[in-house]
Amino acid sequence: MKKTAQLGLIVLLTIVSTIWVGCSDDMPNTDKTPNDQFDRSAMLEHWADGFIIPGYQSYLEAIDSMDAKAERFVADPNISRLNDLRNNYRFAYNAWQEVSMFEIGKAEELALRNQTNIYPTNREEILGNIISETYNLELPSTIDQQGFPAIEFLIYAVSATDLLIVDQFKSNDAYKAYLTNLTSRMTSLTREVYTNWTSGYRETFIADAGSSASSSVNRMVNDFLFYYERFLRAGKIAIPAGVFSGTPLANNVEALYTPAPTLNKSLYINALTSFKNFFEGTSKYIGNGPSLTAYLGYIQILTSGANISHAIETAIDNAIEVSNGLDNDLNRQVEVDNSKMLATYDALQVVTVLMKTDMLSALNVSVDYVDADGD
Amino acid sequence: MTINSYLDKTTKAASLAVFRILFGLLMLISLIRFTALGWIDKLYISPEFFFSYTGFSWVQPMGQWTYLLFVICGLSATGVTFGYKYRFSIIIFFLSFTYIELMDKTTYLNHYYFISVMAFLMIWLPMHRYYSVDAYRDKNLRAQYIPKWTVDAIKLVLGIVYFYAGLAKINYDWLINALPLKIWLPGSYDLPLIGGLLEQSWVAYAFSWGGMMYDLAIPFLLLWKPTRKIAFFLVIVFHLLTRALFPIGMFPFIMIVSTLIFLDPRVHEQIIDIVANLIGKTKDIFDNGVSIIANTKKTHNWSIYIVSVFLVLQLLIPFRHLLYPDNLYWTEEGYRFSWRVMLMEKAGTATFKIVDGETRKRFYVDNTDFLTSFQEKQMATQPDMIIEYAHYLHDHFGSQGHQNIEVYVESYVTLNGALSKPYIDPKVDLAKESDTWRHKEWVLEH
Repeated sequence: MKKTAQLGLIVLLTIVSTIWVGCSDDMPNTDKTPNDQFDRSAMLEHWADGFIIPGYQSYLEAIDSMDAKAERFVADPNISRLNDLRNNYRFAYNAWQEVSMFEIGKAEELALRNQTNIYPTNREEILGNIISETYNLELPSTIDQQGFPAIEFLIYAVSATDLLIVDQFKSNDAYKAYLTNLTSRMTSLTREVYTNWTSGYRETFIADAGSSASSSVNRMVNDFLFYYERFLRAGKIAIPAGVFSGTPLANNVEALYTPAPTLNKSLYINALTSFKNFFEGTSKYIGNGPSLTAYLGYIQILTSGANISHAIETAIDNAIEVSNGLDNDLNRQVEVDNSKMLATYDALQVVTVLMKTDMLSALNVSVDYVDADGD
Repeated sequence: MTINSYLDKTTKAASLAVFRILFGLLMLISLIRFTALGWIDKLYISPEFFFSYTGFSWVQPMGQWTYLLFVICGLSATGVTFGYKYRFSIIIFFLSFTYIELMDKTTYLNHYYFISVMAFLMIWLPMHRYYSVDAYRDKNLRAQYIPKWTVDAIKLVLGIVYFYAGLAKINYDWLINALPLKIWLPGSYDLPLIGGLLEQSWVAYAFSWGGMMYDLAIPFLLLWKPTRKIAFFLVIVFHLLTRALFPIGMFPFIMIVSTLIFLDPRVHEQIIDIVANLIGKTKDIFDNGVSIIANTKKTHNWSIYIVSVFLVLQLLIPFRHLLYPDNLYWTEEGYRFSWRVMLMEKAGTATFKIVDGETRKRFYVDNTDFLTSFQEKQMATQPDMIIEYAHYLHDHFGSQGHQNIEVYVESYVTLNGALSKPYIDPKVDLAKESDTWRHKEWVLEH
């Protein structure tokens, strides 16, 4: 009898184990309060309340206002209303730089970034859309025909002079419709994201403070890093500088058509500064709080490891310093002296290496969609 | 004389039958799990480029046909479990499983290698003489007793896996700094019950030393009768704990089930009885008192030689790293196939620079154009993958009309939480270097 009991135990364990395999791979986080000294929930809360939600709120106000100015302009196109709209566009484009990195939750679901800031914009397709008046901006294929770059093209470069632009809008209702379709689409998408954050997602986000691959910290770090590599480092600097193509692509800069005072450098600096503030937990809305610097500091003590946050902060500061030396017009910078752009890329790349290598390793964050087994 | 008398020793065939049944079953479950998680597509179909082992670049995924390969592998695993056309099934299983593993070096895991090793060994052992479809159909195949050395061969392979894993843990970082466990354990801080402890330094030390001692001692504790039961209990606890802490998939279960082989043959007979109850076929007809003895100058003779050579190789291969200079963890020369399991936290970035030798025009490669994030991550810390990818880039951009292409890499690697350091010599044109078994001079010193 004793033997049978032992045997039964063995078989039972095998069965239990087998069932366990079946259901534990994507085990949802069971939402416990972490009982360690570093409160990840507090960090998530600071991210939500200090950056994401107020950031989207400011941005939404800015594009709401831009949308209103666009309506006002098309109601009676004239130079003064056009300039009004342009000023709003400048302001809103800057506000966007502070939230572009938060592509998580609803924003990720809607692909907000892709529908807001894909450049260079596709002039031919935009003009084709306006002429045909049949277009569906919800199609993924139209991401280069909408958002800020498309609006910029319409309000700065659709005709040779300001007067001609006004005339274009005056004489053609299809232009009016396209412009307001763009601005209203941006506001409705962003409103959806913002409302989602304020009506429950904030709590979900903060509560998911666990360590699984799908936990908030893990996803946020991944998204934040992905943004930095692809959209900040590559999109704003490396691609126009020709880092990946060998030949500089000056016309691939952000805000190509916005004339003096040119916008692209300030957008870039704003994005880089916002990135740094987020990393350090410096919120312009609610002040300092726990973020990756603090988290890395905590890990450093735990593992008696290297001072990674200091290395990253130094690298970002250096990148900002190098970037400040750039011409206010990055398009001109590429054409006149691309070596400064390349030097900027090098400085940004140091940050990439430290974050992708040292930070991810220290935080034990797996690169996302890599969920294969290890050993 | 002593060798011959050892080879004449017999034991119950039920031991091998249980191993065969459970091994095949776990393989089938693993393959179904792998498929269900969508990994066939993600790992073997969608990537553009695959990393090959030296001499095996002809082993490539076959597009949608890769699914068929997994079906064949699963069917052969089922054949193994049932002992149906056993020799054919296990050969097909070994070949198809190994083929899958050779398709992309990125996915190398010690436990996949373990399965290939075990499957190869099983080709040569009389696993199907007892409680199998083959022996059920063929009276002449049935045997109640088989040579003891065949069971011992399996025990030896398991012993090597544990003991060598234990030896590998005897190193400065593991024992004195409790690294990388100090980095990994806090990541599971949200586990029930023990979560809070995992951030304590002493726990990391306890796990490091405990793991080392467990690995070194467990083969002997399993072999020695007085400690066998407690050892098997330890096996279960150890592997379930590692399953809870780390993303290691099926490995713990495979090891738990495999170590059943150390238990008394009577336990194996009882397991067969349970299976018999489930499917309604008793083992009675297999209990025929027949014993096959190895040393009869008959069929099994050459199995002994093959298995002996194979086991000697298994004992030697893990030590090949001694032939290379510099830090093994840094260069990874001789790292694979050596039971170095969960030993280091390593991460890196590798940015490749393509230079046109004629015009000196240069540009950087966006790795995501060619590699999945998983491949990129694995490549960045392993020199043989870095050079293979460099050659691929050379050929790729060469076919685009660039002349005399030079390929350089700027790479940084962090090992066990130290600040990242340059990894590959950025001044070396990798297109001119090749991947050999020689020491790679272009890996910078640690």
